[in-house]
Amino acid sequence: MHRPGAEAWLSMSAQDLHRSVTRLASEISERLGDPDGYVLVGIVTGGGHLAQRLADAIAHAEGRRPRVGTLDITLYRDDLYTGLERPTLGETAIPFEISGRTVVLVDDVLFTGRTVRAALDEIMDYGRPARVQLAVLVDRGHRELPIAADYVGREIGTGKRDRVVVHLVEDGSEQDGVRVHRAEGGR
Amino acid sequence: MRRKDMLGLRDVSAEEIVEILDTAARFRSVSERRIKKVPTLRGRTVVTAFFEDSTRTRLSFDLAAKRLSADTLGFSASSSSTKKGETLMDTARNLDAMKPDAIIIRHAHAGAPHMLAQAFPWTVLNAGDGINEHPSQALLDMLTMRDHLGELAGRTVAIVGDVYHSRVARSNIYGLTRMGARVVVAGPGTMCRQDMAHLGVEVRHRVDDVLGDADVVMMLRIQRERLAPGMMASAREYSRFYGLDLDKLRRARPEVLVMHPGPINRGVELSPEVADGDRSVILEQVTNGVAVRMALLYLLLGGEPLPAGADDAAA
Repeated sequence: MHRPGAEAWLSMSAQDLHRSVTRLASEISERLGDPDGYVLVGIVTGGGHLAQRLADAIAHAEGRRPRVGTLDITLYRDDLYTGLERPTLGETAIPFEISGRTVVLVDDVLFTGRTVRAALDEIMDYGRPARVQLAVLVDRGHRELPIAADYVGREIGTGKRDRVVVHLVEDGSEQDGVRVHRAEGGR
Repeated sequence: MRRKDMLGLRDVSAEEIVEILDTAARFRSVSERRIKKVPTLRGRTVVTAFFEDSTRTRLSFDLAAKRLSADTLGFSASSSSTKKGETLMDTARNLDAMKPDAIIIRHAHAGAPHMLAQAFPWTVLNAGDGINEHPSQALLDMLTMRDHLGELAGRTVAIVGDVYHSRVARSNIYGLTRMGARVVVAGPGTMCRQDMAHLGVEVRHRVDDVLGDADVVMMLRIQRERLAPGMMASAREYSRFYGLDLDKLRRARPEVLVMHPGPINRGVELSPEVADGDRSVILEQVTNGVAVRMALLYLLLGGEPLPAGADDAAA
């Protein structure tokens, strides 16, 4: 799959992505059991759609769907003052109590870990979960914080300046898939 | 939005207004959480400098800054050294020496915030300057209207009372006309001059002439502190001709929204039955005020470039 010299390549096809989602769903079910016993919280926007996919897959296998919320971490970012355009605010919607429950955070790509740090801070402002786990579709390495995922769809080796883009039809993409865009000038 | 200050809506585009209102709508949920605070402006210092009395606006800005985790401090005219004769520029230089990030100012003189915005590097938010503008009030009014009416374009807003002396009215006129709404004003000739038509509004004098087709009726406070002698015969007479009571309200559309920027002179601009009635959205305006001010602080206080090489950190 990795073709040196190419500027962008498909790292996961639609079929790869679907298999990964199914496997992630069954790993979550294996470890957490009854879907009423935990909640999925997707980090918007990519993680939000992925959390719905996971919930669908879990419902398909278990006959019951876990509750799904979304988290927008914009207000908790540590890079608001870096001179970039301020990001548009998304919606945080957690219409259920999370105190005392297991929360599975869902994101599409795990990279520096800073997004997850922000998400953990925000979750704690909503309540005191019994525990928090992390599920990601892609782990691309280059962590800057001591954070690891509990459920990983696929590990993809990338250069630090490469871009990893998860395409989901819910985002308006034509097809599901994961593309890696090589940074100019190589790694 | 890329600007240092919010001084008035006169030079703010429709796109910027939409961005502020959309952001404010998102911020409302923060005030409904158990922990009503996000860390966005942690370590930033916001000063509320009120050279004119205010309760609602000062508290609203203060709360907005605190909900974004900024440190706030403030003073009001009665407790400040202005009383001891210090000039505005000297007060501002002293504030500047304490390295604030933003100053929210209310002043009796139109243009005072603009002067500070030109002279100093920090963000200036105009919380009311003389009879000129009060942009955050107009934005919260527009957010409240949008909640009920959807699009503002094509809607008719009637502003009734002392339009001439009202910075609330002026900011609303700039903002609403920019958004494509039709604004009709009514009031006594001394307070609602024909030459206000150059602001893009229709000028009437009888309340009955504006009630019939209004989607919103905004009643203004009679500002006794700004009225020269002779501008108003008596509160009783004003109330009879320009105050909104149930009888006049019956001539408006059944779904009309009644708004007032506060504080209300009960029995003068609004009868208690109307102020507390089911068409009144006055308390929604107050709730939206905090959200709009959070949005303004969020959109204005950012974008200070870090030294080169700083990580962009986004995952």
